[in-house]
Amino acid sequence: MTIETKENGKEITLLPAGRLDTTTAPQLEAQINAVSERAERLIFDFQELEYLSSAGLRVLLAAHKFFMKRGSGEMIIRHVNETIQEVFEVTGFMDIFTIE
Amino acid sequence: MKELTVDATVESIPVITEFVDEQLAKYNCPVKAQAQIDIAIDELFSNIVHYAYHPGTGPATVRVEVVEKPLSVVITFIDQGVPYDPLAKADPDVTLSAEERAIGGLGIYIVKKNMNEITYEYKDGRNILKIRKEL
Repeated sequence: MTIETKENGKEITLLPAGRLDTTTAPQLEAQINAVSERAERLIFDFQELEYLSSAGLRVLLAAHKFFMKRGSGEMIIRHVNETIQEVFEVTGFMDIFTIE
Repeated sequence: MKELTVDATVESIPVITEFVDEQLAKYNCPVKAQAQIDIAIDELFSNIVHYAYHPGTGPATVRVEVVEKPLSVVITFIDQGVPYDPLAKADPDVTLSAEERAIGGLGIYIVKKNMNEITYEYKDGRNILKIRKEL
């Protein structure tokens, strides 16, 4: 997996490409940790993401909880494909994450 | 039928995934079904990595076969670790709020939802977990 990072002031976009699974989730987690302190809006653009497993859900949930705990800022997920959307649906994360 | 035996380590997950994807390519497996199978491999093989031989490691075998009527791929995961039935656990509550959420149990739940069939048996000192996905 490769992760492109775009910064536009306090809006930071992460674009992971490939597969978000047990092997690659630590990479995304490290990148989230590197930017989340200074992010007002953290956008995950999943345009180039093939799929995610529960290891990916774990990392996204941790990021969501970080923003809830801090009480400011937001996290948005964009451009999910059908496979990813179904993983969010069956696990109930459609109602937890903001997905555009 | 093809099979591959590897060490039950995180590093083996991409090796197993590539091995299975090569077999799937021969049967013109749809992209979405392949992604769902790859997710299932990540969930099930990482379970073996984390539980079967903890804290050590040992061998794990993955077998791929294609069956007819209906055309399906059957993938079997075999390890010689401690008996562990991932299907024995109750399904997670997927209606909980973010604060109450934990990830435990979600992986196997995703597999159950995405595959047409999943079975487990412990036989001759081996955990045998089988998934079937219609193509």
